[in-house]
Amino acid sequence: MIGAMLDRAATGAKGPRELLDEPVIRLDHVHKTYYMGDIGVHALRGVSVNVRQGEFVAIMGPSGSGKSTMMNIIGCLDSASKGTYLIDGLDVSTTSRAELADIRNQKVGFVFQSFNLVSRTSALENVELPMIYAGVGAKERRMRAEAALEIVNLSDKLKNMPNQLSGGQQQRVAIARALVNNPAIILADEPTGALDSRTSVELMDVFQKLNKERNMTIILVTHEPDIAEFAKRVLLFGDGKIRKDYPVANQRSASEKLKSMPVIDDDEEDDDE
Amino acid sequence: MKSIAILRIAFWALGRNKMRSLLTMLGIIIGVSAVIALVSIGQGAQALIEDQMEAMGTNVMYVWPQDTRGSGGARGNSDEQGTLTAADINAIRNEVPVVAAATPIVNANGQLIFGNRNTYARVQGTNEQFPEIRDWEIGQGAFFTAEDVESAARVLVVGQTVVDDVFEGIDPIGQTVRLRNLPFRIVGVLASRGQSGVGQDQDNTVLTPYTTAQKKLLGQALPRINQGMMKAISQEATPIAEGLTISLLRQRHNIVPGQDADDFSIGNLSEVADAAQETTMIMTLLLGSIAAISLIVGGIGIMNIMLVSVTERTREIGIRMAVGSRPGYIRLQFLAESIMLSMAGGLIGVLFGGVSSVLISEFFAMSTVVSTTSVLVSFGFAAAVGVFFGYYPAHKAAGLDPIDALRYE
Repeated sequence: MIGAMLDRAATGAKGPRELLDEPVIRLDHVHKTYYMGDIGVHALRGVSVNVRQGEFVAIMGPSGSGKSTMMNIIGCLDSASKGTYLIDGLDVSTTSRAELADIRNQKVGFVFQSFNLVSRTSALENVELPMIYAGVGAKERRMRAEAALEIVNLSDKLKNMPNQLSGGQQQRVAIARALVNNPAIILADEPTGALDSRTSVELMDVFQKLNKERNMTIILVTHEPDIAEFAKRVLLFGDGKIRKDYPVANQRSASEKLKSMPVIDDDEEDDDE
Repeated sequence: MKSIAILRIAFWALGRNKMRSLLTMLGIIIGVSAVIALVSIGQGAQALIEDQMEAMGTNVMYVWPQDTRGSGGARGNSDEQGTLTAADINAIRNEVPVVAAATPIVNANGQLIFGNRNTYARVQGTNEQFPEIRDWEIGQGAFFTAEDVESAARVLVVGQTVVDDVFEGIDPIGQTVRLRNLPFRIVGVLASRGQSGVGQDQDNTVLTPYTTAQKKLLGQALPRINQGMMKAISQEATPIAEGLTISLLRQRHNIVPGQDADDFSIGNLSEVADAAQETTMIMTLLLGSIAAISLIVGGIGIMNIMLVSVTERTREIGIRMAVGSRPGYIRLQFLAESIMLSMAGGLIGVLFGGVSSVLISEFFAMSTVVSTTSVLVSFGFAAAVGVFFGYYPAHKAAGLDPIDALRYE
């Protein structure tokens, strides 16, 4: 089941940070202020954090704590008002919209709470999407998309439209899309928010495997403490600052957890190890 | 690579809403086919006039008597003044070198009777050079000769309509008919020419030597002519021939230029042709611009639908931006959609326009000409409408903030 995609991900070209042991993500005193008329809202007030290759970080915090803003900045959807941000060794503090698009394309794989697949477009075409913008040829595009869908165990659903897939399956298509360009990080924004508990754990299993087997760096935004326990490190946000930064004492294994959960009548099959 | 992907995505996006795409295109389809059909009518009329002038010859000039005001201010009928004579025309024929042929024209309409059938004939007296001037071939028999003119022979050359009306299958050559109660012999039949540009039947004509018309049919005491018809050796020589004719006639009529008014007028067909051309061209432009307005309305339809589409697909735009589409690429994609709409509409419109212009010429007996120019211009205009009206929605899509677009419900 491990295809060409796997090898590429494991040995694929990495930035110079690997040699210099540079963190994948480096934020240095990042501030973000939104203006609503004359009133400035300080969403981030000086955040400094490093995330290294192969980490699995959960960002937690109450709503309004700045975790969404943090995610937008890490994902290069938004840029900081002050401070510096380096992704994969690249300073993106002052970058144009077009360049940010290229960086998102190459360095970031997004997984959203609401899946955000393009409707009426097959799973395969959804996964091909980032490669279209990367200028990958049609043949290679298809090959890589198939490999990515194989990793998330959806080889039999290539032609399915999003509305022909369950929530868990849609989210796995989104994960395949996120990793198909071999990004520096996978950024998941409340990926289990719209899923039932068993499917959530199944999804965390996919993330854990990507992290363990392929050394993928995963940053997960969640407000569910039991989801955060599947990560290795937690960043707790409050009032636009990191209040706590701690490693998870005993990381829970999603595949272990699944064994103790009743199987719900669903056409999804989880990956048995 | 990317451009193929853009076209594929645009095609896919339009295919998602087939009915809507079709209705949007309809504006362009109607606009383009209207331009093509209406311009084809105008250009058909223009081509008809051109053909007509070609047939009549643009190096043909006419001269006719002009009434002049006498010293007492009395104004006479120009025809009866007899200011222009056959001698004038013969002088032109003999003395103006660039005139290839010339004939006096004398009108002498009358009843033509053959057996128990009759017709009211348009009779013109001419000399033997008439066929040369009008480039008119003789279908049967021969045209009358210079001797016939000299001797004022009672001979006739008739047009095809007269043959059809009166002779009913009988060979007209050598038959004797009565015209104004005088016996005439038919010597020739003119080749059929059909209708003129103004819808007049050219074949409804009877020709006789002008001398015969003057002396026998009209019995004029003072021989005079209605007009003279000349042919210059070439189209380029026509203005020279005209100038020489004017000075010759002034000399013959003792007219001092700038002092006396000319007692004749001169003109040629190319002036008439120019005027007619201008009229039809204005008509073509008018029809074309009215149709072009409908194209612009079609363009507004495209803009409207593209704006709706951008709003509807805000989330999709957000997704595309999140996975790495540059704003410029989003702009291109929406532009591609509107251009695809307008070009497809333009293509169908060209087809419809071509078909309708054929139908118009079939059912309304109008001649229509679909020119490459009108096809290219209207299609190009449609494509330009797509770019122009597609740009704003595409720009709007490209300007979306990915964060907001992803959150859009």
